[in-house]
Amino acid sequence: MWKLLQIELFKIFKRPRTYISFAAIAAMILIIQLGLEFDGKSYLQLFMSGISDSFFVPYDLILNGYLVAFVILNTLLIHVPLLVALVAGDAVAGEANMGTLRLLITKPVSRTEFMIAKYLASVVYTVMLLIWMALLALFLSMLFFGTNDMLIARNDVMEQISRNDVLWRYIAAFGYAAVALSTVSALAFLLSVFADNAIGPIVSTISIVIVLTILSEMKIPLYDNTVKPYLFTSHMLAWKGFFYSKSNGEGQAISGSIENLPAILRSLGILLTYIVLLVTTAIAVFRKKDVLS
Amino acid sequence: MKSKLHRNNTMLPVVTINHLSKNFGAIKAVDDLSFSVNSGDIYGFLGQNGAGKSTTIRMMLTLIEPSGGDIEIFGLKLKSHRKEILRQVGAVIERPDLYKYLTAYENISLFSKMSGINIPKKKIMEQLEQVGIAERAHSKVATYSLGMKQRLGIAIALVNDPQLVILDEPTNGLDPQGIADIRNLILELSRHQKRTILVSSHLLSEIELIANRMLIIDNGKKIIEGNVSDLFDPSNMIVELRTMNTSHTLNVIHASSWKNNLEKQQQDVFFFKMDKKEIPVFTNQLVQNGVEVLSVQPRHSLEDYFLSLTSANQHVETFTN
Repeated sequence: MWKLLQIELFKIFKRPRTYISFAAIAAMILIIQLGLEFDGKSYLQLFMSGISDSFFVPYDLILNGYLVAFVILNTLLIHVPLLVALVAGDAVAGEANMGTLRLLITKPVSRTEFMIAKYLASVVYTVMLLIWMALLALFLSMLFFGTNDMLIARNDVMEQISRNDVLWRYIAAFGYAAVALSTVSALAFLLSVFADNAIGPIVSTISIVIVLTILSEMKIPLYDNTVKPYLFTSHMLAWKGFFYSKSNGEGQAISGSIENLPAILRSLGILLTYIVLLVTTAIAVFRKKDVLS
Repeated sequence: MKSKLHRNNTMLPVVTINHLSKNFGAIKAVDDLSFSVNSGDIYGFLGQNGAGKSTTIRMMLTLIEPSGGDIEIFGLKLKSHRKEILRQVGAVIERPDLYKYLTAYENISLFSKMSGINIPKKKIMEQLEQVGIAERAHSKVATYSLGMKQRLGIAIALVNDPQLVILDEPTNGLDPQGIADIRNLILELSRHQKRTILVSSHLLSEIELIANRMLIIDNGKKIIEGNVSDLFDPSNMIVELRTMNTSHTLNVIHASSWKNNLEKQQQDVFFFKMDKKEIPVFTNQLVQNGVEVLSVQPRHSLEDYFLSLTSANQHVETFTN
């Protein structure tokens, strides 16, 4: 299995187009960082106009690397699924389109092993993309903007997290994001089994993610308790929960605490269930598939 | 498990296909097909496009699940011994589609690892040398001609040192030189490396040149199977004669014993059935009797028969019973 995974990773990272996603993420992050570097105060004023009328707001201290990274993640993690779909949607359909699938299947490797290796490779790609994102969004921002306590705007309340209490939250958030994106990857992977051209599964995955995200965000009571809890898109942004702390009697954040860890774990469980179901279905379908490409 | 597989035992069936069938909905792509390939054979698998050759080959390589029948390779059931069998099989299926963004060297290395082999650089270069593309080993496959890709495909098929090599239309789209190169390579693999080869084609002339046994299928069904030397029997040739003076030719023929060989006349073309050895005598006699011969074209009756299958819309005279 390790050898098969190596082969799949070799193929992914030998393709020039794989790096489009890395370049796109770098470009987006640098654009946001540049914007905040030169006009960060205006950006913050949009969110803090109510407070700044009554209190002195030290914008220079608030606009630190941790906050910049949070802004970037909020903006990008909605769009990264599109980039993830590019590789996972290509996993089987791309091979069929190139004509290499029929040669691969004639090798003495079981179809199940082949599919597991392919999915794991797309997960590794997703994790690499997130590590790249973390390096640029978090560590580069920390370098450029420095570090300080982090302010989070939530339900018209500003929560302050101590600078020493932030980094582990980012690590947990990136870990969660890896699972969330691997769910999108699993969806694209499943759709890839049904097609002989990567465009179909990629576009279908993006369409499904968009439709379900809209459904997840809609405030319609009928869907709130019936459909939304079971949509994977409803749980993809639960990484934000790692930045919500419990507060003490004086309203101060308790260092090292998470406000609702069970909710995060429940969301994580739902995403993992999706992954298992989607990948298992993909393997079952592929095992019976006639390779006609 | 390798010890279970018999190697180079002449006349032992390497492939045994029993009542194989494949349906795609209402379409019967392969219909109750049975045949066997013996060790050391170059087995020609012939049929027009859409006859069911590729579907059969794909079933032999586990790309397609049969609707019925069974396949045994090296004496083992394919269904239950897939991995053991595929370790000893190399194949090129239709087009030589490879990873265009990788080099030939990287492609071979990748597919050898897929076969569970980590072959050294020297062996990879030897494989590329054998198919004549060693000097382009480190060029991206995207820059290769079709002929070079086909040769690389064969090198990949041979990378696991297979006992059985399956080549599906290996000369498709190649120029005459490319076709000759592939033909020589197949003969080399058979004669010097003692591999069993199943090669499919829609060109009878190609199969005639390389195969020792052959099978013709049409509409997924077996039409004829046998030794090439028997099927291309030289005593049963069709000779097509064209002359300048048709009526005089007819008189000469009717005045001689050749009238018994005349099968048909179609305007200024005469069709005779005769032994290959009789053709020079026949031509000489015509010339000596004042017939102005334009052409004498010998053909096998099998060739005409096959043409009738492959060129349904063309006017072809068929002499096969």
